[in-house]
Amino acid sequence: MNVTSINARLMQGNQACAEGAIYAGARFYAGYPITPSTEIAEVLAERLPQVGGKFIQMEDEIASMAAIVGASLTGAKSMTATSGPGFSLKQENLGYAVLSEVPCVVVNVQRLGPSTGGPTAPSQGDIMQARWGTHGDHPIIAVSPSSVQECFELTVKAFNLSERFRIPVLMMLDEVIGHMRERIVIPAPGELDIFERKTPEVAPSQYVPYEPQDDSLVPPMANFGEGYRYHVTGLLHDDTGFPSNSPAVMGAHQDRLHEKIRRGLNEIIMVEEAETEDADVLLVAFGCMARSAARAVKEARAKGQKVGMLRLITIWPFPEEALRQLAEKVKAIIVPEMNLGQVVDVVKSAVEGKVPVYGICQADGEIIPPERILEKIEEVL
Amino acid sequence: MRDSWEIRLGGSGGQGLITGGIILAEAAILEGKQAVQSQSYGPESRGGSSKAEVIISKESIDYMKVRAADLLLVMSPEAAKKYVDDVKEEGIIILDSTYVKDCEPKKGKVYKVDISRIARQDVGREVVANIVALGVIVGLTGVVSREALEKAILARVPKGTEEMNKKALAAGFQAIKSAVSAA
Repeated sequence: MNVTSINARLMQGNQACAEGAIYAGARFYAGYPITPSTEIAEVLAERLPQVGGKFIQMEDEIASMAAIVGASLTGAKSMTATSGPGFSLKQENLGYAVLSEVPCVVVNVQRLGPSTGGPTAPSQGDIMQARWGTHGDHPIIAVSPSSVQECFELTVKAFNLSERFRIPVLMMLDEVIGHMRERIVIPAPGELDIFERKTPEVAPSQYVPYEPQDDSLVPPMANFGEGYRYHVTGLLHDDTGFPSNSPAVMGAHQDRLHEKIRRGLNEIIMVEEAETEDADVLLVAFGCMARSAARAVKEARAKGQKVGMLRLITIWPFPEEALRQLAEKVKAIIVPEMNLGQVVDVVKSAVEGKVPVYGICQADGEIIPPERILEKIEEVL
Repeated sequence: MRDSWEIRLGGSGGQGLITGGIILAEAAILEGKQAVQSQSYGPESRGGSSKAEVIISKESIDYMKVRAADLLLVMSPEAAKKYVDDVKEEGIIILDSTYVKDCEPKKGKVYKVDISRIARQDVGREVVANIVALGVIVGLTGVVSREALEKAILARVPKGTEEMNKKALAAGFQAIKSAVSAA
């Protein structure tokens, strides 16, 4: 009956995300509180000073994003959290972090949009914005947890990926997962791997800031304040960090940004399969919808229907390969999502017409219940 | 004893139902069970409608929302109207008869308990009506043990209010005992 001895407790998704950040080594948070993400700021305002970190409530969403980029350049693992309206405002500086290769984690607890929308209503409507919200041909990593336990562990993973690949990682929660409370077992220190960014092995005078040192194509990153100086810019640049108009230089920079992610796909792509071995119908779901879909799988199986699920933990880059392999085996794919059709079109494009793909799309602030998924299964079988 | 309970608590903001739901879920976790608590509320908190849901199970819980409830507690006429039909045929409905009058549910086993009045008059403050309600729920169903419930309550209530909350809990257990023996 002793809670602390077994380390299990009831925790809210947002709080687990904040605690995961502390565990991962985050020591800087800048934000502008917004429903339904506010608890992340609330928890970190208390927790960061306890571990020697800094919490700043900024004047707005744009400044919050700028502040975490700056803090990360000094070596601090940095995070901000927001929801739709704030996520829109962060897009320009998010692109800056992608191009200048500054690690950071941006949490978006999705609520119903567009605009101010429905502040307390859940949604999964920012999936395409996560991919293409900031302009230009940029890579991005976005992940989506489906439980409170995963809010914690995936936040740790998000920091690891961000530091490893020098890219912003987007934690795409939704209001349901952010606000629900469930049982969590907090991992002991050392139980989860923590990745620390690679720093230069050469003297400051020898440091070429954007020159990759190995096949990962991720250059070591010097922390400002430790004697290394370099130029940080949102302009396309050469290995020295200084801008260039040369098509060869600009093209090579673009290519490396994408290629470093392509080479890391095995580490980045995370999916989970359930009951897919003999499945006729495959559900593809993520975030809170994966919980509804899991129930639908269970109830369909109880009726003798062969239904399985592919749960997307990583959404961007899209897990095309895992999906293609399953598309060879199943007769139909159903994508339930709380938006008017964002992931379903990516699924269609990935399976290239090999199998019919149906969306269950709803954007009214309610989670799609298992019943609706079961109805669709009946319809397509 | 069922393996899984889907519980819905409905009322108005300020009645402490979300806190009540959290305490119930914490008690379940203290016992080594699985629990999920979720809620919905409008932009306003006090006075607006408020709903807390708790699922308690020996198995892992996939869908986190209550569909048809095994147990429904309602503490306002609006909540009674809104939720009284979404219970299982063999479900349990507890009406706070201080506020919910003229409600005759078509299904489920119904218990009418004067929860808010008991909190106000017998315990001394209406603010503990949620704790009285937890006593009623656990006294009736045994969904968690009284020991775990009391531990979860004491871990969450403000310092200095422990005795009042214990009194509220005891009053809840007593009230449901009387209601059952009178039925």
